[in-house]
Amino acid sequence: MFPPIPNPDVSVQKPQFGPQDLVRRSASTVPPPTRQLTPVAKLIDVSKCIGCKACQAACLVWNDLREEVGENRGTYDNPEDLTPDSLTVMRFTEWINPGTDTLEWLIRKDGCMHCAEPGCLIACPAPGAIVQYSNGIVDFIHENCIGCGYCIKGCPFNIPRISRVDNTAYKCTLCSDRVAVGQGPACQKACPTQAIVFGTKDEMKAWADDRIKDLKSRGFDHAGLYDPPGVGGTHVMYVLHHADKPHIYASLPDNPRISPLVKAWKGAGKYAGMGIIALSVVAGALHYLVQGPNRVTKKDEEEAERLAEEKT
Amino acid sequence: MTDQTADPTPEVHVRVPRYSGAARINHWIVAISFSLLALSGLALFHPSLFGLTALFGGGQTARWIHPWLGIVLAFAFCGLFLRFASQNLPEHTDIVWLSRIRHALSAGGEEYLPEVGKYNAGQKFVFWSQSFLILILLVSGVCIWDRGLAYLEATIGFRISIEVMRWAAIVHATAAVTTIVVFIIHVYSAFWVRGTIDAMTRGSVTGGWGWRHHRRWLRRKVHEGDVKRSRGND
Repeated sequence: MFPPIPNPDVSVQKPQFGPQDLVRRSASTVPPPTRQLTPVAKLIDVSKCIGCKACQAACLVWNDLREEVGENRGTYDNPEDLTPDSLTVMRFTEWINPGTDTLEWLIRKDGCMHCAEPGCLIACPAPGAIVQYSNGIVDFIHENCIGCGYCIKGCPFNIPRISRVDNTAYKCTLCSDRVAVGQGPACQKACPTQAIVFGTKDEMKAWADDRIKDLKSRGFDHAGLYDPPGVGGTHVMYVLHHADKPHIYASLPDNPRISPLVKAWKGAGKYAGMGIIALSVVAGALHYLVQGPNRVTKKDEEEAERLAEEKT
Repeated sequence: MTDQTADPTPEVHVRVPRYSGAARINHWIVAISFSLLALSGLALFHPSLFGLTALFGGGQTARWIHPWLGIVLAFAFCGLFLRFASQNLPEHTDIVWLSRIRHALSAGGEEYLPEVGKYNAGQKFVFWSQSFLILILLVSGVCIWDRGLAYLEATIGFRISIEVMRWAAIVHATAAVTTIVVFIIHVYSAFWVRGTIDAMTRGSVTGGWGWRHHRRWLRRKVHEGDVKRSRGND
């Protein structure tokens, strides 16, 4: 176990990172930052999670959000899915392990993975609505968000949700406001089993290694770390007891990557489209320069008049 | 709008009705909604054009208004389609016209072209491509419109996966670029072929315009007695 997390210093502190630390900004460019922050990560050890939903409650409280009272759909998932207010949701899966023929209760805390290559940011058309800090946090800046929902199409994990209240997209911020003043995310602080831990990415990988060794010694031969390379790694990682088949954990993607469709659309596509439109304007201008206007002549009018006269 | 001022000004004695008032209003609803759709759509297509959202009062408004403009366009275009589809059916002359497209694109090349009816093959191409593209834009647009999808799910249980939305986004962008190119062709042709814009602003064209560009149509109009003759400049 990590030692218990001490209560925070409540004196006013200056944020340790801010807009000067951006490495990516949607639909715009940023000057390269003058310093590199230490990459951070949240590690979620699925094997230690007891499904208490303290993380969900802490998330609502810290972010001052209230979820509507929903309906029981016959599962423990509550709410049933991520919403603009519920930035994290425990997903419960009852899985029969074919090797041992025993029932395993898989509980995965779902939410933004903070990809090193964020599909949401690449798809976003609004300058500065999605930003990525050099410590790995991907954040939505709501005053720049236009509510188009392109981030939903870009995300390989199906995470962002559009609020019906202010028409902007919401997702886990990795508690960027808390991290900026040296705190861990609210969910981590609340987790009673320390299934959620937070630190530098290197620390978290080392911590995961120990956990994986422990799990392997208990017969989970395929225990491993979920830090998918298809999106450049993530700043929210899982320790899975069955890391060879992530999909059994409520459809966690086995090999997430930014869809080639999104890359084509927001990559070469936008240049090709602009080029084709520009080309047709140039073609029109050139045609006019070479051909001049196509005018009706006096002879045409006379012919028409003669035709009309013949008839009468 | 017309450029009839250049010498020698032909004295116009014959004017031929081409579009009714209703058809013109219908056309301009389509034209205005199309232009606004292109501006708000391009703003979300390439970051360098995001500034166009200022025309609509900001990104949120541009995003909000775009799909509704699309609904307006789709309905209005249905009107144009019903009005003009029968006059845009392909015929043998179109093949001849297309095979001599080089002449069609040069001023004074008309004498090498067959006499055409109300629409030549180029105009028919614009008509059918826009009909087809607007249908594609409507369907793909609804598939990337969260409010529209939420409504369809609540009313008829229509749901699509995110992968389908990704396809819809790329199809929508491709069709939009194509429809803008066809739009440029349409607007440039109306500008290049002088006297054409009269058809949509006044409803009629000069007899000479009909003789030069749509001789078979002019003959029919004369035969039907549907031309206006006057002394002096109209």
